[in-house]
Amino acid sequence: MNNLRNGLKVQQRLTASVSVLLFGICLMLYGIHRDEMAVVLNKAVHICLECIGLG
Amino acid sequence: MKMMSENNIFHRISFSIKRKIIQIVAFGITNSHIGNFTQGKIYTGKWKNFCAPGLNCYSCPAASFACPIGALQAVNGSMNFDLSFYVTGFLLAIGVLFGRAICGFACPFGLIQELLNKIPSPKKKLPGWMKYIKYAILVIFVLCLPVLVTNYMGVGKPAFCEFICPAGMLEGSLPLLSTHPELRATIGPIFSIKLLMVIITIAGSIIFHRFFCKVFCPLGAIYGLLNRFSFFRLTIDRNLCVNCGKCARVCKMDVDPVKNCDSTECIRCGACVHACPKKALRLGFQK
Repeated sequence: MNNLRNGLKVQQRLTASVSVLLFGICLMLYGIHRDEMAVVLNKAVHICLECIGLG
Repeated sequence: MKMMSENNIFHRISFSIKRKIIQIVAFGITNSHIGNFTQGKIYTGKWKNFCAPGLNCYSCPAASFACPIGALQAVNGSMNFDLSFYVTGFLLAIGVLFGRAICGFACPFGLIQELLNKIPSPKKKLPGWMKYIKYAILVIFVLCLPVLVTNYMGVGKPAFCEFICPAGMLEGSLPLLSTHPELRATIGPIFSIKLLMVIITIAGSIIFHRFFCKVFCPLGAIYGLLNRFSFFRLTIDRNLCVNCGKCARVCKMDVDPVKNCDSTECIRCGACVHACPKKALRLGFQK
């Protein structure tokens, strides 16, 4: 009985993990599709004065 | 024969040293443009389209990638977007693969804190309630303020970077101020707040193990919540466990793996696995 319960728990956990992973990948692809990477790049290639406590 | 002895040497290296080697390699990959320190500039190549998995200021001259928390605030606070699907998806994917093992193995700021903690001093434990501060910081400073407090153009400020993150000052501000005297004229009240945070973080990290990770880090908060679902995880064989308590005593993150292997505070450093006399704990990729 315990083995069956543990097996179910493992199965539920695996399903949740795979779902979150796929959801994350979908979000990432959608973000790339709507050009969020350009905002990230633009922020990252300039010295962000407020980030480093200046300005 | 030679290969066998090499294997033996590899197996003899303790897990903590292997982890330290991985941390140093991750630190090197995340900060590979060391030459920029002397030239007083930052790397501006295409790799900055991508986020590093750990906390590392993108205004650090050596930084190769964007900081995920900085990038999240930049997109959330930008004119065109209120939520970054790209960075949120990246954090979810990395978090569900590795959980807080990222903190334990790949975070440059985590390594800095661990080295600071090597400085001889009385070592203390933090009160349990302080671990909840990082969740408040995540919600208020990373998710809400950049979206809600905007200027006339609708652009929000990176509130976490501006007021809290000490990595920006340690890795970015101090090296750039030393090579750009003209930047010293821009020192204002924010600099004092950040300097205070740096002092608190350094002093805290000397006394408490990974003080910033435990109390302030919003990235640790995100990965911690995903520990429960992560593929890389800690498991316990309860048939082998004798409840000796050694694992809880050696844990520097104040976790008791017997009570909860998926604790949001566990950075998967493996100290408990090594301490277990019955080999009841296992760390790695598993179902």
